[in-house]
Amino acid sequence: MTIMTIILVLMVMAALWASMTSILLRATIALALASATLAVVMYSLGATLAAVLELSVCAGLISVVFVSVISLTQRTPFKDMLKQRRDRLARYWPLPLVLVAGGVALSFVHAPVRIVLPLPGGDGDVRTVMWTLRQLDLFGQILVLLAGVFGVLVLFRKEGKDGA
Amino acid sequence: MALEFPHSFWLYFIFFALLFVDGLWCMLATRNLLRVLIGLEILMKSVTFFLIVAGYLSGRMALAQAIVITVIVIEVVVVVAAAGIILGFFRTTDSLNVKNAREMKG
Repeated sequence: MTIMTIILVLMVMAALWASMTSILLRATIALALASATLAVVMYSLGATLAAVLELSVCAGLISVVFVSVISLTQRTPFKDMLKQRRDRLARYWPLPLVLVAGGVALSFVHAPVRIVLPLPGGDGDVRTVMWTLRQLDLFGQILVLLAGVFGVLVLFRKEGKDGA
Repeated sequence: MALEFPHSFWLYFIFFALLFVDGLWCMLATRNLLRVLIGLEILMKSVTFFLIVAGYLSGRMALAQAIVITVIVIEVVVVVAAAGIILGFFRTTDSLNVKNAREMKG
C-alpha cells in the first residue's frame, strides 16, 4: 500500500465522518480534514496552486462560514437530540458498509479505460493558461463573486422601519 | 487522441466514486439543511479530485488547475449564499428541517 493510497483512504474516512457524525461542529471539522487531505493529494499530483487554494479556501474559509452559521442557530433540546441520533443511525448505518463493499468490489475490477481527448497542443504554465486561454473564466469568476457579495448583502440586511 | 490510462487511473476512480456516493448519501438521507450543504461540499470535493486526476493523467495539469480554481471560487460563493439562505430560513421557521420548507408561501 503506497502513501498515496493511505492519504486517499484518510480522505474518504474524513468525508464519511463528516456525513455520519451527529454533531454539526464535528462534521465541519471532518470536512476541513477532508479538504486538507485533498490538498495533500493535489500537491503530490503536481497541482500546487490548486492545492494552496483548496487548503486556504475550502479548509479555512468555508469552515469559518459553517461554524458561523452553526453558532447563529439554536441548540437542540437533549430529548430531541437523542431522537435525532436514533433516526440518523437508522438512515446512515448502511453507508460505511456500502462504501467498503463498493471499494473492495471495484478494486477487483480492472476495466480497460480508453478515453478520447480532443485537446490539441501542449500544456503550459498555469498562470499562462489562466491569463491567456481562460480569460472568460476569470471574468465569470469576478461576476460570480460580485453576485455572491450582492446576495449576502441582500440576505443579511436588516429590516427597515416599514418592514421592507 | 486516444489514451490508454495506466493502472493508477482505476485507483483514483475508486476513491472518486466512494467520495461521490458518500456526498450523495449525505444529501439524500438527511433533513437538516446544513447537512445538505455538507453533502454538497463532499460532492464538490469528489469532482475537484477527479478534475485534478484527469489533468495529471492526460498531462494537462495547468488547464486542470485553472478549471479547479474556477470551481473552488464558485463553490465558496455557493456555500456563502446557501448559508445566508439557511439562516434566513432558520429565522423564519425556527428550524433547519427541510420538511418545514413545504409550508412556506413563496
